[in-house]
Amino acid sequence: MTDLLAKFDGLIAEHAGLLTAGVRDPFGIVMEKVLSPTEAIIKGQHTILLGTYNYMGMTFDPDVIAAGETALRDFGAGTTGSRVLNGTYQTHKECEEALKDFYAMDHAMVFSTGYQANLGMVSTLAGKNEFVILDADSHASIYDGCAMGNADIVRFRHNSAEDLEKRLRRLPPEAGKLVVLEGVYSMLGDIAPLKDLCAIAKAHDATVLVDEAHGMGFFGEHGRGVYEAAGVADQVDFVVGTFSKSVGTVGGFCVSNHPKFEILRLVCRPYTFTASLPPAVVACAATSIRKLMHSHNKRQHLWENTRLLHGGLKARGFRLATETPESAIVSVLMPDQETTVRMWSALIEMGVYVNMSRPPATPAGVFLLRCSICAEHRADQIETVLARFADAAAATGLFRAAA
Amino acid sequence: MTNRDAIYARILELIEPINAKGVPLAEGTTFAGDMELDSLTVMDLVANIEDEWDIVMPLNMLPDLETIGQVADAVAKLAK
Repeated sequence: MTDLLAKFDGLIAEHAGLLTAGVRDPFGIVMEKVLSPTEAIIKGQHTILLGTYNYMGMTFDPDVIAAGETALRDFGAGTTGSRVLNGTYQTHKECEEALKDFYAMDHAMVFSTGYQANLGMVSTLAGKNEFVILDADSHASIYDGCAMGNADIVRFRHNSAEDLEKRLRRLPPEAGKLVVLEGVYSMLGDIAPLKDLCAIAKAHDATVLVDEAHGMGFFGEHGRGVYEAAGVADQVDFVVGTFSKSVGTVGGFCVSNHPKFEILRLVCRPYTFTASLPPAVVACAATSIRKLMHSHNKRQHLWENTRLLHGGLKARGFRLATETPESAIVSVLMPDQETTVRMWSALIEMGVYVNMSRPPATPAGVFLLRCSICAEHRADQIETVLARFADAAAATGLFRAAA
Repeated sequence: MTNRDAIYARILELIEPINAKGVPLAEGTTFAGDMELDSLTVMDLVANIEDEWDIVMPLNMLPDLETIGQVADAVAKLAK
């Protein structure tokens, strides 16, 4: 019998090599206790969490927890069914109402994860002989949506309006086109020039979908995302998002004003052919979304924290992926895999958790230590993180290696 | 030199900078197998090829384009 897993032998050897070097497995972290949105116990050690995407710190919000507890008691642990069969409860409808109010849009559809929302929307909107035009740095869920559908897939250079224009110009004018953009690109933490990109897409009669997974909660006057801050709400046809970042639980969604939107519930396979979210999860999400509408102070604090971390790392000599803090993601550029792993390991041993990112998840083959900031981080926690980054760099000889 | 020959020659020039392993390039050289290119590098190469001939080469074509010769054939067809 051919071993079907033999094709992964290279990766298995690489991963094993990493671990025999005596460092902790960056992909095997276990949170033994979670103390708050910003702190957990990992291997018995008190650890500051700086890689959770829990931007607005809603995971332990008392109102959110209470809503979840009530729904768990009243509606049970799960729906055991699809949204289009037995899996739509009152809680799911209330969650969709909360989304419609948050985004001021006519329609909302809740998926079981953000990944499935992109998978479903991208694969369903553009069909055979139509085109998906996507940014080169798009998230895996968008690429996978392309792979699942039947459209022709055209990729433009990251955040380049000029390149998007060039590629749209080459397509047949009459063909259906879906331009897929993200408000915040989560690897480098850079934001998209949505004003320019949307203008070009609309000039070529394309439908525009924007993924605001990493922008919801703190960009724009109502926290709708980068597209709101950029003032292009009237040019965006579909907004996709997630509950697993600012909202603080799990799930995905799409909102839109398209008059025929509701038919998607029957034709979008990642929506139809899976079980719906547990009632407690959507109840948590609905409460959290409604609270996020009024979280102006939290937003402000999140930006303060972000500036503090970005400026502090820069002042300590670290190379960052963006010149200024563009989002609540601050990515530290690393020279190579070995140094990245050693830096990451030194940080976790000192009680700081960040994400380690490497190709092919990262663009242009870069190695990153990715920090995502929470509105609930205290200034003294950020100062501790900065000090430990400097200590870790000294311990691993980072600046020597980079010089 | 026919059009196909010119295209093939130019593709070799576009590939040279990403041929980190220094693999000898021929019609039958494969991108994933012989050159060990990852998918991102291949997609960046496609963008350069699209711009060189002002064509659209959708990413969903890529699974059928394993060798340099197959890419040259595809470009020759698309660039007409």
